[in-house]
Formats: sequence, C-alpha cells, structure tokens
Amino acid sequence: MKYIIPLAAVFALVLFSWIGSSIPGMQYIFGILVPYLAMGFFIVMFCYRVIQWAKSPVPFKIPTTCGQGFSLPWIKYDKLEAPVNGIQVLGRLFLEVVLFRSLWRNTKAMVYKGPKLTYESSKWLWMFAIIFHYSFLVIILRHLRLFLDPVPGPIATLGYFDGILQIGAPQMYITDATILLGLGFLLTRRFFNRHVRYISLANDYFPLFLIIGIVVTGILMRFFLRSGVDIVAIKQLAVGLVTFHPTISADIGSIFYIHLFLVSTLLVYFPLSKLMHMGGVFLSPTRNMANDTRMRRHVNPWNPDIKPHAYADYEDEFRADMVEQGIPVEKPLSAEEKAAAS
Amino acid sequence: MAVVKVDTLARSVAEGPTLMTGAIPTKDWMDLPVQFKPGNYAYPTKPNILEYLDSQSGVSFPNAREWNPEDDDWKLPENWKEIIIQGLAERLKKFRSLKIFMDCCVRCGACADKCHFFLGTGDPKNMPVLRAELLRSVYRQEFTKAGKILGRLAGGREMTAGILKEWFMYAYQCTECRRCSVFCPYGIDTAEITMMLRELLHLVGCGINWAMEPVANSNRTGNHMGLTPQAFKGNIDFLCEDIENLTGIHIEPSFNRKGAEVLFITPSADVFAEPGLFTCMGYLLLFEAIGLDYTWSTYASEGGNFGLFTSNEMMKKLNGKMYAEAKRLGVKWILGGECGHMWRVVHQYMDTMNGPADFLEVPKSPITGTVFENARSTKMVHISEFTADLIYHNKIKLDKSRNSHVKATFHDSCNPARAMGLLEEPRYILDHVVDEWHEMPVDTIREKTFCCGSGTALNTDEIMELRMRSGLPRANAVRYVADKHGVNTLACVCAIDRATLTTLMDYWNPDVQVCGVSELVGNALVIEGEKRADLTEGLRTMVF
Repeated sequence: MKYIIPLAAVFALVLFSWIGSSIPGMQYIFGILVPYLAMGFFIVMFCYRVIQWAKSPVPFKIPTTCGQGFSLPWIKYDKLEAPVNGIQVLGRLFLEVVLFRSLWRNTKAMVYKGPKLTYESSKWLWMFAIIFHYSFLVIILRHLRLFLDPVPGPIATLGYFDGILQIGAPQMYITDATILLGLGFLLTRRFFNRHVRYISLANDYFPLFLIIGIVVTGILMRFFLRSGVDIVAIKQLAVGLVTFHPTISADIGSIFYIHLFLVSTLLVYFPLSKLMHMGGVFLSPTRNMANDTRMRRHVNPWNPDIKPHAYADYEDEFRADMVEQGIPVEKPLSAEEKAAAS
Repeated sequence: MAVVKVDTLARSVAEGPTLMTGAIPTKDWMDLPVQFKPGNYAYPTKPNILEYLDSQSGVSFPNAREWNPEDDDWKLPENWKEIIIQGLAERLKKFRSLKIFMDCCVRCGACADKCHFFLGTGDPKNMPVLRAELLRSVYRQEFTKAGKILGRLAGGREMTAGILKEWFMYAYQCTECRRCSVFCPYGIDTAEITMMLRELLHLVGCGINWAMEPVANSNRTGNHMGLTPQAFKGNIDFLCEDIENLTGIHIEPSFNRKGAEVLFITPSADVFAEPGLFTCMGYLLLFEAIGLDYTWSTYASEGGNFGLFTSNEMMKKLNGKMYAEAKRLGVKWILGGECGHMWRVVHQYMDTMNGPADFLEVPKSPITGTVFENARSTKMVHISEFTADLIYHNKIKLDKSRNSHVKATFHDSCNPARAMGLLEEPRYILDHVVDEWHEMPVDTIREKTFCCGSGTALNTDEIMELRMRSGLPRANAVRYVADKHGVNTLACVCAIDRATLTTLMDYWNPDVQVCGVSELVGNALVIEGEKRADLTEGLRTMVF
C-alpha cells in the first residue's frame, strides 16, 4: 500500500500530462502556466519554511560533540567534530553538507549467539546517497544551457566532461547512469533493508518514484523518442520563461511536457515534504553550533525567571541539625529551635 | 519479581524473533498498541511527591494521583488532549531544534541499529527513527496541511490516549544518550525529542517515581538521595575515618565554609553507596595531597540534576543552587566531581539558565597556575580536567604499582562524550595511575560509546530485564576485553554509571568490578606523612 499509491500517483501524473498536453491549446497550460506557478510556489514556500524554522529561537546550545573538545592547551582537540568557533563550525557543516560526513561513519550491527554483538563499517548508504545527490546537482547545472544564451563556458565544460566517455550519439552522460544507479540503490534499500522498510512511509517512496520518472522521461527525450523533441523550440521556450517573454512556437512532443510536468510536481512537492532537509541541515542545532558553551554564554531569549529553593528556607528546615554538626549557619538558633533541640 | 536468568536472556537476545535477528513484524507499527506488563514500565510518581513539587515556585506538576499504567484508565484530566496539543505547539514555537527534527528526517535508517535499547530488545519502536515518528506522526496530523488532508497516508496519526501511553513507554526507554545523533546526517537528536515527550507527559501528570522522588529530594535537601546535613557530613566524616585507617592520612573537610577558594560539588551517590564512596575517597585524598582550599556544601550537595530528565524548568530550578551557593560562600570558582548528566547540564545549559556568574572568577588552578580557558564563562571545572592538569605539571606523586591488582578498561559515559567531548582527560589520568589498561572495540567507545542502559532515571529494579538488555552492548564490549586481555575493572567518570554498570557487570560479567577514575588516583597517590598498610585492593582493602 505504502508504495503502490505513490507509484500509481506518478503514473497518473504521467498520463494526465500526456493526454492533457496533446489537446490542442493546452500546450500553453503545460508549457507556461504550470511551470511558472510551480517555480513561484517553490521559491515562496521554500523561503517560508526556512523563515518558519528560523523564527523559533535556539534556547540552548546543544551541539553533538563527536570528538575531543577544547580543554587544556596540551590536549589536541578535534576542530571539525567538536568545533569551538564559527570557522570550525563552518568546516563541520561543509563536511556534513558536501561530503555527508555522518553517513561515512555508519556501521551495521549484528547479533549472534553468546550473545555477541558486532559492528562493521557500512558505507554503502553514504556512497549511493552521494552519487545520487551529486548526479542530480550536475544534471541541474547542465540544464542551465537550455535557459542561458549564450551558454556560459563552465556549463558547456560540465556537459563536455559529463559526456567524456563518448558512448553513443547523442553522447551518453555519465550522470544519467549514475543518478539511476543512486536512485536504484536507494529504492531497493527501501524494499530490502528490513529496518528501513518497516519505517518507510508513502512520502518516502513518492519522491523516489517521481525523480526516477523525471530521469527516465529525460533519458527517453534525449536518446530514444527524439522525433517530437525540437531542441531549438525547447530552448526558445526555456529562455522565454526565464526572461518573462514566454512563447511556444512549434509543436513540441508530449514527452517533453510529461518531463516538464513531473519536474513541476517535484517543485511543488519539495517544500511540503522531507526534501526540505536541504535547508534544514544548515539550521540543525546539533551540527551548526560551536562547543564553546562554558567559554561564551549562550543567551536563551525566553529564559524563564525561576529561582532555586532558597538557602534561607533550606536553613530554616535544617538549622538545628546544622548547628549540632558544627556547620556554619546564617542565622542563630531561635528560642523555639533551641528548645526543640534539647 | 525474579529477574530472568542470564543464559535465558542471552538466548532471547540472539535467537528471539525480532527486527534485530531478522524477523519482520507482520503488523504496521501504527497498528501495534502498547502493552504494559510488569517489568516493562517504571512505577509512576507517588502523589505526595508530585504534590510537593507542584507547590514549588516556577514549576508546575499537575494531576497528582494514584494510577497504574496497566489500567485502562490513567485518570487523565478531561481536556488532556487539548493540553498535549497546546503543549506541543508551544514547544515548537520555543525550540527550533524540535521544529527541524520534526521536518527533516528522511527515514534513511542510519540511526536504526545505533540505539542500545533497540540492540537489546529488538523492539522496532526503540529504533530512534521510529521513536521520533511516535511524536512526528501526531505533529503531522495536527500541525501540517499534508497530514491534515492525507492523514495516515502522509504518516499522520490523530492524538489518542493509546498514543499517550505509547509515549510513556518509549520516552522512558530512551536514556537521552545522543548516540543516534552522531550517525544522523542532520544530527537529529532523539534525546531532545525524548525530553519534549517527557515534558508533554508531565503536563498531564504522567512521570516516573524514580525520577521525581530524587527531584523532590534535591529541591528540599539539596541532593537526590535526600541526605540531611547531618547525614551528608556524617557520611563524609566516615569516609575520612576509613581513609585514616587505610592510609594514615587525617583529613578534616570543611562544610559550607565562607571564603574558601573553591566550592566542590559532586553527585550525592558518591557520598552514599559503593563503589562511588571509593571515588569520593579519591577526591578527599587528592585535595589533601595538594592542599586545596575547598569546601563542601550541604545545600549544594548534588552535582547531578534529575531535572534534566524531567523538564527544562525543573532543570533550571535545581541547578540554580550551585551558583546561589557559590555566591553566598564567596568562592572563586566551582569544581565538579565525576558525573555524566551533571556535566551535560553544566557544560551546555548552566550558564544559559542560571548565569551570568559574574560574582565568580575565571577558574585558575592554585597549584599549577593553569587558567581553564574552556570554562571562563561558566566558571566550573571538571575534576578530570583539574587532575590531568596536576599530573601534566608533576604536582602529585603517583605510584602505579599500587594499582597492580587493576587491569582496566575505560567506559566513556554518554554525556561527557557526546555533550562535552571529554575523552582524553580521563585517559591521560589512567595512563598515569595504572600499569595496564585496554580500550574496548573502536565502535563502542568515544563518541560512539554505548550507554550503560539505565540512565535518565531508569536505574530502578522494576525494569531490570529491560536494563540488562539495553546495557548489553556495553557489557558485550567489556566481555570482549575481559576475554582478550583479562580486564577486571571498568573505570568511568559517572556516578550513575558506577551504580548501573555494577549491576550490569554482576549480571553479564561477574568477574569485572566497576570504579571511578578518582578511586584509581586515590590508590596511586603518594602523600607525605602517610602510613599505608599493604593495600592489596587499594582503597577497597578491608583493614580492621
């Protein structure tokens, strides 16, 4: 159920855009209106989500220290795992965001007779997560050549290196293969790893199916269903969209509109879902704060005014006891206390 | 009730069908209601304790009553659901961490097999990701549009009494050790989520006695054990007598002395029961050896803070005593003893909650002249930092051969490891007080250390089987070094550990003793004018 409904949803989206874009006159809706609305929604909602997070204060400074903290001068401390200032925090965040550092240290636990618990390094998740994310990044950057005229040097270079294997005509992009590899692993893992399968929700399968749909339609467009794909017309539309002078001149095949519609769906889905981890990772208090909490006072904006049980009340309760023990007191024994003691 | 025998438990952990051993539950976790039976829940707070706490200023603990988790009716207030939802809304507004942790989990499962409770029980709801989902599912339904519209399809659940009961079970099967947050790509911290769950449960009067009674004691008498000034001083005086019998050193500690240079605060367990008592002897000997100008305080007689396991308001209220007393006595700075969660509070929360401590000075060791820069704002130094500094500057004389009966390994306690980064200081001390000590396997120490399994007020007898399961990863690692290197002593810098690991070792590794690092220091310390008997077991030797 958890995976059938998302899969069906993606198929429904494909069918809807396929049939819809074939209807004469609907090309304007699918080619111009929907992308504009989707992109607008994405930008506004992404900012809204981040602002909502940022609105809540961080009352306590609670980094998770994953290494030796700064203490005595002759003890080497781990600058990147227990950062003590802003620059080191940036270093830690860089490792996390760019190199997926926490996934690198992942282990797998097994239990045997004895009982015996073992832990072994398990870097598959790291590898395929990074392959997926970086392939996606490169693909998005490559697509900029459709929106920019003239195409900037770096983007063209990126496309050149992506097709460096020079397989087939048109040239196969490495990232097309690697993104499918990454997505394939992540999806397979969600079915075959019993822990992950048990906790997965429909919202975990849906983005995977959706992105696979986007990648597959993209690949079909470039390599297999080339008849309806007029690249000049597509570029004209794309440039028109970003310069706010949109025009659809010629008949572009449905496969393009399906691809575009799935991308628009992703843009709308993104800020409403767990995909917002893209922004969230930068704001996580356990990773983006320095471990300097005994050195510099962190202020809690809503620090409640709560006083401890007063010493005066404590002494009132135990004064006789304390005097008997010879423990210094603030106030001398009262007449009643003296009487009670004797 | 009788605790299950160790070989039965051993077989159950390895062979019982659970998500750990390869079995997959047939039902979705949302369809598995929680079942309370003897042994899987800690007793609820006694009504008189809760009433007392509710009467204290600045904190609120409503709905004191006799109730039994095994009953259907938990005697919740009429509008309990509204209270919970409002409480959650308030916390989302006050804590950015909660908002982000609710929104950013991608269910990658990296955290799943990292939790000692999951490893020992195989219960899917002990996987950190699922423990968070218990709260997140309600958050989705009540606070997100997708959840409100799609309900269960989006992973949302409407808040029910059954879910509240589930929260009670699983918020008290997490020891807030933060191991999961080490492995999460975004650092999602289940400890934070458990704290929120416990706060929400307290809003409707559902807490456990083993947390709240110490909280009440600490509020009234200054320490969790409920030791009156007479008992506190008396215990320490007894320790000094023992020290004199063992070493010939005569110590006269001071209490509540104004004008001392340093206020020393340690967990009251060190003044109450073995093996903490031996650690305390270590402190007393060390301070005598260096001639430290320090004082104990019967009012601030607790380093620990069970308020951390209760609510942020209670945590602040209990911790306020430390600065209040330091100010009253006019000391220069505060030295803290060996305690785990105490140092989470002191290191990450104290200054924010109870500071600024502008009546104290930046801590400077009177013996070595070292300025403790890392504590310049909070003005409180850890005993391991202090001792390591003394050893580095050759200010104390140590004879390792006095610990020749000890083959040690070192247990990193959760909070020093993952909320401070205090890893090297105790190790440096161990290097200088014992001839031989061995590290446990690399995936079980330092920032990946395994909790003792009974932290956050779970070290109570009625959940013994649960504790022996959750402590298994740590016990297993000790077994490994005991078998490989003949390790017979588990050293640590945490008072709860000293109590809980003792029970854990008695169960899984009866050949291994537990001690504090300062005990080993006390054993090895050579003090001028001492007349030690032949202490074959260090400070534990029975001398008559």
